[in-house]
Amino acid sequence: MADLVVDARGLSCPMPIVKAKKGIDSLQPGQVMELITTDKGSVNDVQAWAKQAGHEVLSVEERNGEYRFRIQKG
Amino acid sequence: MADKTTIIVFSGDLDKAMASFIIANGAAAMGSEVTMFFTFWGLNILRKENAAPGKKPWMERLFGAMMPKGPERLGLSKLNMGGLGAKMMKWAMRRKNVSTLPQLIEMAREQGVKLVACTMSMDVLGIRPEELIDGVDFGGVAAYLGEAYDAKLNLFI
Repeated sequence: MADLVVDARGLSCPMPIVKAKKGIDSLQPGQVMELITTDKGSVNDVQAWAKQAGHEVLSVEERNGEYRFRIQKG
Repeated sequence: MADKTTIIVFSGDLDKAMASFIIANGAAAMGSEVTMFFTFWGLNILRKENAAPGKKPWMERLFGAMMPKGPERLGLSKLNMGGLGAKMMKWAMRRKNVSTLPQLIEMAREQGVKLVACTMSMDVLGIRPEELIDGVDFGGVAAYLGEAYDAKLNLFI
């Protein structure tokens, strides 16, 4: 289970990572955020964001045009 | 210490202003300290829509009247077609759920992006501080360079 679910469906660049940043700021290190997006670019964007910001992408799943990321706060 | 990003926003075109604010918001989300410097035509992005021009020499008044007042009035750098292109672009972006320029500006401010207006070009174009949106800092080339020397990323748009 994620500690926080952030819904960024329907939003385009740069909103998914802006929302991800806002979400993860409310967590403690080690907690997990689930981020849901529909923007195709977000697959690469979210991973680049996590790497730069020092968080870990635990998993990425695609289902029916939705991307679900599980991200652990670093 | 966080990475720094500096962006010089020289252009007052809608498309280039959007690119600037998308990069600024992305960089801020990635944890960077972002400063945007607005100079020449870029200053128009920061103008209030309904600021009274006040008392000014005629040439400054003319500049003020001919230049776009704020983010809603900007034209495209290509295919503007007297403003029709900008309208079409905004319509297409709304359909694709892309944030508008005013939303991107608001978001940048929420994320702590610093907005600095170049006082020399304000002087030349006759733009008074009270004609710009609130919360903007003022500076010159040294203020920009001081930030840029420390920054990992610097863009001129």
